[in-house]
Amino acid sequence: MKLDAKIPEGPLQEKWNRYKATCRLVSPNNKKKLDIIVVGTGLAGSSAAASFAEMGYKVKSFCFQDSPRRAHSVAAQGGVNASKNYQNDGDSAFRMFYDTLKGGDFRAREANVYRLAECSANLIDQAVAQGVPFAREYGGYLANRSFGGVQVRRTFYARGQTGQQLLLGAYSALNRQVAEGNIELFARHEMLELVLIDGKARGIIARNLDTGKIERHAAHAVVLATGGYGKIYYLSTLAMGCNGSAIWRAHKKGAGFASASWTQIHPTCLPQSGDYQSKLTLMSESLRNDGRIWVPQKANDPRKPGDIPEDERDYYLERRYPAFGNLAPRDIASRAAKERIDAGFGVGPQRNAVYLDFAHAIQEYGEDTIRERYGNLFRMYEKITGHNAYQRPMMISPAAHFSMGGLWVDYELMTSIPGLYAIGECNFSDHGANRLGANSLLQACVDGYFILPYTIGNYLADELRVGKISTDHPAFAQAEQQVEAQLQQLLNIKGNRTATDYHKELGALLYDKCGVQRTKEGLESAIEQIRALRADFWENLRVPGEAAHVNTELEKAGRVADYLELAELMCYDALTRDESCGAHFREEFQTAEGEAERRDEEYQFVSVWEYAGASQQPVLHREELAFETIQPSVRSYK
Amino acid sequence: MKIQLKIWRQENAKAKGKMVDYDLPDVNPEMSFLEMLDVLNEKLIRSGDDPIEFDHDCREGICGQCGLFINGRAHGPMSATTTCQLHMRHFEDGDTIYVEPFRASAFPVVKDLRIDRSAFDRIIQAGGFISTRTGDAPEANAIPIGHQTAEDAFDAAACIGCGACVATCKNASAALFTGAKVSHLAMLPQGEPESPERAEKMVAQMEAEGFGHCTNTGACEVECPQEISIEHIARMNFEYNKAAVLEK
Repeated sequence: MKLDAKIPEGPLQEKWNRYKATCRLVSPNNKKKLDIIVVGTGLAGSSAAASFAEMGYKVKSFCFQDSPRRAHSVAAQGGVNASKNYQNDGDSAFRMFYDTLKGGDFRAREANVYRLAECSANLIDQAVAQGVPFAREYGGYLANRSFGGVQVRRTFYARGQTGQQLLLGAYSALNRQVAEGNIELFARHEMLELVLIDGKARGIIARNLDTGKIERHAAHAVVLATGGYGKIYYLSTLAMGCNGSAIWRAHKKGAGFASASWTQIHPTCLPQSGDYQSKLTLMSESLRNDGRIWVPQKANDPRKPGDIPEDERDYYLERRYPAFGNLAPRDIASRAAKERIDAGFGVGPQRNAVYLDFAHAIQEYGEDTIRERYGNLFRMYEKITGHNAYQRPMMISPAAHFSMGGLWVDYELMTSIPGLYAIGECNFSDHGANRLGANSLLQACVDGYFILPYTIGNYLADELRVGKISTDHPAFAQAEQQVEAQLQQLLNIKGNRTATDYHKELGALLYDKCGVQRTKEGLESAIEQIRALRADFWENLRVPGEAAHVNTELEKAGRVADYLELAELMCYDALTRDESCGAHFREEFQTAEGEAERRDEEYQFVSVWEYAGASQQPVLHREELAFETIQPSVRSYK
Repeated sequence: MKIQLKIWRQENAKAKGKMVDYDLPDVNPEMSFLEMLDVLNEKLIRSGDDPIEFDHDCREGICGQCGLFINGRAHGPMSATTTCQLHMRHFEDGDTIYVEPFRASAFPVVKDLRIDRSAFDRIIQAGGFISTRTGDAPEANAIPIGHQTAEDAFDAAACIGCGACVATCKNASAALFTGAKVSHLAMLPQGEPESPERAEKMVAQMEAEGFGHCTNTGACEVECPQEISIEHIARMNFEYNKAAVLEK
């Protein structure tokens, strides 16, 4: 596998402009001769599909949900970052670039991160033009708030539903192009295989989830915008259908997979209450603007929170990280919470949570102000837990949230397979080893609206002469047979354990061995356990029904089968990185104060994995990270 | 808790459906309603039965994909709550619960409790957007929008497209869904210019899909999980009439 990041020459601030000025173009009347498949309709997928269609390409857009509007970007709550400097607090593209790179513990590409910061301001302009109702100040200008890991206010928001509003903006642009006849929409379709012809991505095999029918779709380029795979942990903040199957199947066809184990564990989620539980709901990080996190100073303190006096509380984030306090970045806040919980200071019936307390903020600003800022979040908290957070502190706990890892892409967002692109959360690119809050919506939108529409032309300019891609090519028949055979194999096991059963067991194992903390021994044993679980899966799985009808259990089984392979790669990825950085915390590598110990001399690279066959150790390739503009420093929030 | 469920089973859009009884002897009150269905499905699979198909995804009340008619009410007994956020602590030990799909001729049943709501997408395709290109746009702060206007537009934009309004309306009207989008965009200076035309096109599509007319019973706003007000239907009617006046 050859890895060329294709980073343009020149000073950091000029790279993207230089690229745009020199990349090849496809002329307007030729674009209609080129087909693009976009898988996924979240922010990245919808924005890319809409942009391609407006430019004149012919687009096919796929999602497994019953409508593109339901993709999981919809659930992002807190906001989207942009370096507009509306608050006059000294923000700039460079500062945002530095915050993001530092937040990711200096494990991302300078050029990509700068481009993200550079394009952020345009995104806000465009979202407002689409009718996204961002919060406004009384003078009518856009309001901002602060998120973790930064000391400026650059986060734009629409109450606690920013993801929903941005997605509805992208969805409306998508639908406008559907009406124009430039996008053909395939809702309730799941991609099950990537089709390669002469080494280039030329189409997909998809299953219509309402009929079970297997379909062939061809195009000149394929874009994966399929989101994160944090659902591999079973209990996570993701939607039930979120999965890693599209990128995993592309990986098995030759696409490099980078930083597989870097999963963000979000510090402010609702704790688990029982084994029937299907997800852990996220409470927005924005709550940490006004909420203070604490645990009792006494282990296993049986008193109610209100009965514990101030001097017997441990505001551990404020104590350990005075400069950032409750707004310490997510990896640090999650680790600090786990440390307290493991040491016996956890609260709640299962002692698996910490308090997020608004009493001080309510005293300072009044309940009405807090209600206006976070009303919907408090309401959601009450619906799920039955408790009123205006009267007693919320109880929160860390949960799997965002995949920093994903398919490796170059500066043009192309994977190591020509013609296959990965955008949004499903690629590995901009967040390094830890993503800052409100940068996820940003990356998805910037990839889809502002980057890929330019870079894809650089590839498609050469594809004009190829003509229409036919689904009669033997590569399609072969991929289709492979898909049908796998579905049949899953159905034929007829064992006694359900897909969910395996998923839960795998998730618990990964949380334990490849979650907030990792060790060499733990990871080595996890690899053995995952292999055993996978063997058991293929012997004892039970999938009811048939392939030719609606069959949710069959969908789940296919996703779990892929998770059982991806999990092993995650463990290899964590095992071979003998350092701690961002969300990757190897217990063997920490400072005397318990902070992550990065080892730049040996590990200043991205781990890119090549698939080597079933149960074979994957092959590691390195993309060295060169820092030309800034110098990596010890990441401190103290 | 002991719960008896009576659940609608229907093989496909054309097949005849019926209510089927299921007993769950040991329901934890902290479970969500959908988690209870998960537990039932796991049990059905293990005993060789066909699990119940139902729509859901995010399970945090925002994607709009879940939607069940529970004891005769869209999304069940709680106000401002989607099915996925309904918890069993709101039911009593020994309760019998009737579970049906959202019913409307424009929402055909796919299987059991799963329905096809693509008619909503087609209403948006008819005009639920601002005709702006993606890419560069004018500076976001160039046009101030009053705080209250932005908040009011948000109230309408908060629609999750679940279809509870349609399911609960005796006419199966999609006026609240359509009105919310017309109103959201009409209130903003960016969306105002094409507002009358938008209202006309979206209303025409709503009718073409087979949704009924609005007779102002207000049931929709009672069941809307986002508490969207029927004032937005009034604004849609205003924009619709404006279109008629402008054409004369």
